[in-house]
Amino acid sequence: MMPDLGKYWLEVSASYGVSLAILGGLVLLILRRSRQVRLQLAEMEARRTRREAADG
Amino acid sequence: MSLWEYANPKKFMETSARIMPWAVGLASVTMVTGLVWGFFFTPDDFRQGSTVKIVFIHVPSAMMAINIWIMMLITSLIWLIRRHHVSALAAKAAAPIGLAMTVIALITGGLWGQPMWGTWWVWDPRLTSFLILCLFYIGYIALWQAIEDPDTAADLTAVLCLVGSVFALMSRYAVFFWSQGLHQGPSLSLQTGERMSHVFRYPLYLCMVAFGLFFLALLLIAVRTEIRARRIKALEARERMG
Repeated sequence: MMPDLGKYWLEVSASYGVSLAILGGLVLLILRRSRQVRLQLAEMEARRTRREAADG
Repeated sequence: MSLWEYANPKKFMETSARIMPWAVGLASVTMVTGLVWGFFFTPDDFRQGSTVKIVFIHVPSAMMAINIWIMMLITSLIWLIRRHHVSALAAKAAAPIGLAMTVIALITGGLWGQPMWGTWWVWDPRLTSFLILCLFYIGYIALWQAIEDPDTAADLTAVLCLVGSVFALMSRYAVFFWSQGLHQGPSLSLQTGERMSHVFRYPLYLCMVAFGLFFLALLLIAVRTEIRARRIKALEARERMG
């Protein structure tokens, strides 16, 4: 399945490996921050709603 | 319906929620198909051997590195002229993606250059302007982090973006007006002459589309996060005031 990359196997494999690692890391960072912020906002909105209900 | 309606954060959140699943799905399918096609199902080039497979990552990432900065320039100008917060947040959200693309282009360029040119790096106009663009991305992100007031940060980063645009454009057009240097001309050209074979061209087109969609998908997620983060700051300020 793996293509024969000949004498340049290291350069080609490293290009794909490093690039996919960077893209994967970027996706993880963006998704993690998105989740953190979404949860934090939901918590704040819920707190605000509770406080407003308590105040009448 | 006016385009400016999307400057309203609520409208943007509604519309982006509908677009996002499609963008993520299309980006995933095209990215996997394009890279698998390029890596596994293209032959070696008669001069460059298997290193030609690097083109499927190097060219799309370099293209996006420049295009993302130009997108940031446009949204920064919209912020400076019309003061739409979503446009400033879009520029902010795009910067880390642009930085990742620039780093990928620089690394894959070095890995490709070593066997073909005999050197990892040379102070060639295109390479040098790309390195400067990379430093501008880092400076842009650092400036957003360094300034507490979001409107001041948006103003100053917009100015930085205007200055950096010189290097973004130079990265693209340096090969036309600066004849010295090792870097070749455009990989894809409409002019007649020596053109890339369709065996490489079609998967390359697909990878370029894939990287564009990948950017769109990540940008939508990141802008939505920035809008929520801005809302959190507003709620915190309201809580502090009692």
